Amino acid sequence: MTTTDLDATTPAFLRNDYAIVGVGETTYRRGSEQTTRNLATWAVNNAIDDAGLEAADLDGMLSYSGNDSTFSPLVAGDLGIRLDFYMDVFGGGSSTEALIGIAIGVIEAGMCRTVAIFRSMNGYSQVRIGGTGRRAAAPISGEALHTRAYGWQSAGQSFAPTFMRHMYDYGTTPEQVAAVKVAHSKHASNNPKAYYRERVTVEDVVNSRMICKPLHLLDCCVETDNATCLIVTRAERARDLRPRPALIRSVVGRCSKPRVDMHYQHGPVSTVAGHYAKDILWPNAGVGPDEIDVTGSYDAFTFTTMLQLEDYGFCAKGEGGEYVSSGIIELGGARPNNTSGGHLCEGYTHGMNMVIENVRQLRGEADDSCPVGPDGRPRHTYDYAEGGCRQVRDVELTANLGWANPATASALVMERGDR
Amino acid sequence: MTVEGTHLGMPLSIDELDAENLAFFRYCAEGEFRLQRGRESGLLRYPPSTACPWTRDRTHDWVPVDGRGTVHTYTEVHHAIQPAFRTFTPYLVLVVDLDTQKGEPTEHEALRVVGNLVTPDGELAPPEMVEQVGIGTRVRMVFVPAGDGIALPQWTIDTDGEQPAEVWRYPG
Repeated sequence: MTTTDLDATTPAFLRNDYAIVGVGETTYRRGSEQTTRNLATWAVNNAIDDAGLEAADLDGMLSYSGNDSTFSPLVAGDLGIRLDFYMDVFGGGSSTEALIGIAIGVIEAGMCRTVAIFRSMNGYSQVRIGGTGRRAAAPISGEALHTRAYGWQSAGQSFAPTFMRHMYDYGTTPEQVAAVKVAHSKHASNNPKAYYRERVTVEDVVNSRMICKPLHLLDCCVETDNATCLIVTRAERARDLRPRPALIRSVVGRCSKPRVDMHYQHGPVSTVAGHYAKDILWPNAGVGPDEIDVTGSYDAFTFTTMLQLEDYGFCAKGEGGEYVSSGIIELGGARPNNTSGGHLCEGYTHGMNMVIENVRQLRGEADDSCPVGPDGRPRHTYDYAEGGCRQVRDVELTANLGWANPATASALVMERGDR
Repeated sequence: MTVEGTHLGMPLSIDELDAENLAFFRYCAEGEFRLQRGRESGLLRYPPSTACPWTRDRTHDWVPVDGRGTVHTYTEVHHAIQPAFRTFTPYLVLVVDLDTQKGEPTEHEALRVVGNLVTPDGELAPPEMVEQVGIGTRVRMVFVPAGDGIALPQWTIDTDGEQPAEVWRYPG
């Protein structure tokens, strides 16, 4: 799909009226040795500093969690922020983009002016993302009688039938999909804050131990303890702030396949929610996949990245395996994906770190190992060898493709704003 | 009344207000596979739910359904998350297209019923049986008792019917 294929009569909604003006995170660790409240305060504080704001400039707060986080009033209270609006919602992956849309809505409604969105989790040391520990031992009732009773519980186990059917329908191979991990590990090797910075090969991935077919250990993301934050406000307000704004061209929140109660009832099973989300994302953005410079396709699993790039139209249906193994998604390729290393390598924060990364890419401020000039800004070398640069040249448009599961997706197109 | 059961040592419970699951699992305990059929649409649905996804109709009848079908997709779990399954790896989770209502009401819809591969006696399948099954395998339902008023529907290889010449399995 290119711009010429898009319906020019589609309303632009609030295209470029809002921006992300601040981003922040904690260190990505296993074993944070602190509360999620403390992690959240740390990340929100960093985002406020990044934007060049004061506590009094924030009047809205949103967070999401799976009962493993902390609450906006505690974080706001700790930081001396008086809120005109806050809400803490249940949800994991794909919440980031959805909450950006909600933040725009509440500001547009006049409820507040500047919203901090955070995710805080001890995803390794407390409530493990993989579902082991406390969550695996809980009694089985209600809807879970049709899933957990069959040893069908973790994200990997739940999504694997979608991935297997894609292999069956289109001949996708484990080696093709392993290229996602290879690419993200290269990116992470140029990211000093990534939890896993070691480069891996396709052989490393397909020879790592099997978790649940078709997922090997290295097809699965890392579990970490961390918090992340981003700040949304009106674009006109953003112009007064320090960083170059990341303008929001289009946002999609938790768009779903039919029968989201148990989506396998409605096929094709090898098609994911991006198939539906793309019809909101691209027309509202007024651009198509061909114009995107950097993608942030969620990588809970290698297959997730591949399936979403395919269903959002970065390649033809069924050609996702070829697309991700072609070199396009690597730094130096035509359209790198998850230049921070993403969930597979940098750390797991349910999608927010991939949005943070694309904000930095749009600013030209990817925090890599390049030398820093006297103005405090990096002097990018664009040498993507191990331990080098991860800034992509001249990034104008990015796309984030968030994922909750095969049946639910969110997405975000951002554009580089004027300084 | 709340129904309590156990499966592989795992506690199961159906809340006394959960009318749909109480009915579904009670029929299973009686050795019958029944699904809700919307009175307006005449269409069956799975898993149990509170309305017809095609017509919003909140009335239904529990109708006996033939527990036979074809594996649509699956996963083979080598790393169990739940302790109860650790001694049974690798085990299969099958997503089975029932023969009944396949491709209805639209092409890509089917009653896709989840279960493990088990022996005809209801034990989780041994490795040599796991290796035989893939996309395309014909399976039939068996019920594994889990307590008063609850049994779990499971899948075993349908040795009565015809099997395809080959099935698709994850390579290697």
